[in-house]
Amino acid sequence: MQPFTRLTAVAAPIDLPNVDTDRVIPARFLRKPQGSAGYDRFLFHDVRFDAAGAERPEFVLNQPATREAKILVTAENFGCGSSREAAVWALLAYGIRAVIAPSLGDIFHQNCLKNGVLPVILPAATAAALRQQLHARPGATLTVDLEAQAVTAPDGAVHRFEIDAFSKQKLLAGQDDIALTLGYESQLREFEARHRAEMPWLVVTPPAR
Amino acid sequence: MFDKIWARHVVAEGPGGQSLLYVDRHLLHEGSAAAFERLARAGRRVRRPDLCVATADHYVLTSPGAPVPDEEIGRMVDSLTAHTGGQGILYFGRGDARRGIVHVIGPEQGLTLPGMLLVCGDSHTATHGALGALAFGIGSTEVEHVMATQALWQRKPRTMRITVDGRLGPGVAAKDVILAIIAAIGAGGGVGHALEYAGAAIRAMSMAERMTVCNMSIEAGARAGMVAPDDTTFAWLEGRPFAPTGEAWAKAMAYWTSLPSDPDAAFAREVRLDGAEIAPTVTWGTSPQDALPITGRVPDPSAIGDTTRRQSVERALGYMGLTPGMPLTDVTVNRVFIGSCTNSRLEDLRAAAAVAKGRRAVVPAWVVPGSGLVKQAAEAEGLDRVFVEAGFEWREAGCSMCVGMNGETAREGERVASTSNRNFEGRQGKGARTHLVSPAMAAAAAVTGRLTDVRTLA
Repeated sequence: MQPFTRLTAVAAPIDLPNVDTDRVIPARFLRKPQGSAGYDRFLFHDVRFDAAGAERPEFVLNQPATREAKILVTAENFGCGSSREAAVWALLAYGIRAVIAPSLGDIFHQNCLKNGVLPVILPAATAAALRQQLHARPGATLTVDLEAQAVTAPDGAVHRFEIDAFSKQKLLAGQDDIALTLGYESQLREFEARHRAEMPWLVVTPPAR
Repeated sequence: MFDKIWARHVVAEGPGGQSLLYVDRHLLHEGSAAAFERLARAGRRVRRPDLCVATADHYVLTSPGAPVPDEEIGRMVDSLTAHTGGQGILYFGRGDARRGIVHVIGPEQGLTLPGMLLVCGDSHTATHGALGALAFGIGSTEVEHVMATQALWQRKPRTMRITVDGRLGPGVAAKDVILAIIAAIGAGGGVGHALEYAGAAIRAMSMAERMTVCNMSIEAGARAGMVAPDDTTFAWLEGRPFAPTGEAWAKAMAYWTSLPSDPDAAFAREVRLDGAEIAPTVTWGTSPQDALPITGRVPDPSAIGDTTRRQSVERALGYMGLTPGMPLTDVTVNRVFIGSCTNSRLEDLRAAAAVAKGRRAVVPAWVVPGSGLVKQAAEAEGLDRVFVEAGFEWREAGCSMCVGMNGETAREGERVASTSNRNFEGRQGKGARTHLVSPAMAAAAAVTGRLTDVRTLA
């Protein structure tokens, strides 16, 4: 995955709480391979485009000042619902690299971390204040610095955020998990042998029919 | 209970408070195709195919003989068939009566067992928690990781106990209980938590009912939801095809009976509801938290002080095409869907058939069993005839109109009374409007053509 270090970019505000991943990418696009032609258009498709495929001017990513956004600042529980990782792939295809929110859907949160999209959790009041500044000055930029764990708001205020050290290190390095986990092979084998002895019934053996 | 199962599955502790957890069971469906392809591109194989089981559900058509609307849809199933064959994974495919919705067949086959750690690339994996398993949904990259390593990095979530005391009233179903819980804690209330459902009302539930409750944990924001295993669980499990037998059963029971939370177990958050106060419930909006008793009225945004909440309700009512203040029982529906991993088990079909019997559907109404075996069992009881005589359509097993990815969708503007789990914008088709209800309430809506309090259909 692409590493994430520091990003200064236009941020787009999304005020509605509980934006689900069906809205981020409707189900009918899930059979399209990641990165296939036009993948960026799947993002928020049914709220971004009308029935004829024309942009709905009121949608934030269709407005001239925010269409180049690489950061979203959202309300509570953004990315709730379906586990579809395609929601993150669509964000990436559009160019979004960070999502700032008071809370994120748990699976979406994980999916962001696995794809080099930085999830930033800030208190609800801070996220609301950021969105307010972005509404007041459309096209304003934010800086998200992962190393420093800090977001710099348009008004210059700096907001610290928490991220666990393991996720941070993997994002900074752009490191995938599998190779790393295979480094735990001896622990895995040891666990597997013990677990199998303790719970032999777990292995799928086709039943006699 | 959560802590006990977690501790039993830690392979190693990593930095930053993350644990490497061992996965006992990995369930796969058509959505796993991308992960299989990445795994193959990396030159890797599935580490433990003997701990995996696959079925086709999301993309299968539930109308026998109907033409495949889009060849990409057919290819999703073919791809799963090829990948599982290549990896030596047990697969319930087309033509196998054991095929069905992944969250129905896991428990049905005894592939889901108490105290196991189970994952699946689907957010409704919490369903399996009804058996006292730690079960949660994962994304595609995590699916690939489990395929390659049989393990997963996770941060330990906080725990929340939701106690439902008392007895449920007549006409009140498990679906009403979970909708009431979601309305109480909110669609984001469970974020970062694993839920444990407890209390007399939960204890009195059958396994199918517990599965309905656990299934919608994700609609409350939680990846995992569970019920402690008890005699109901063990009696239900014994004799299922993949459940242990003989000496292995006895050994498993020793572990399983040790799982329930200790009396002094501490939870990060406790929530209590009175089961007797829960009424048959329907959703009016576009989030599962937008749920009210059927006796209620559509909310009036002008009475809401909080600006964000007001705008959110206004948007939902605009999408749903509802008038503030109207009685919910005045809402007419165009279509009914009975099915999904939430409500497609035999008991669900029985509850719907009891309402449909001797009546006539006045709108198109689909009944989609959760598995081929549920379908067979329902037919053995004559439920299919009850539905067909009442004008309902009796279909093959699958996810069908819950997911909107297999071509089986409602039309733009259509209003659906649905036993599924999500009333999101566009979930059941672009522009489709969903009201979540129990199976009995769905059947009631089918025979009256509007949202109806099933208790009034004596």
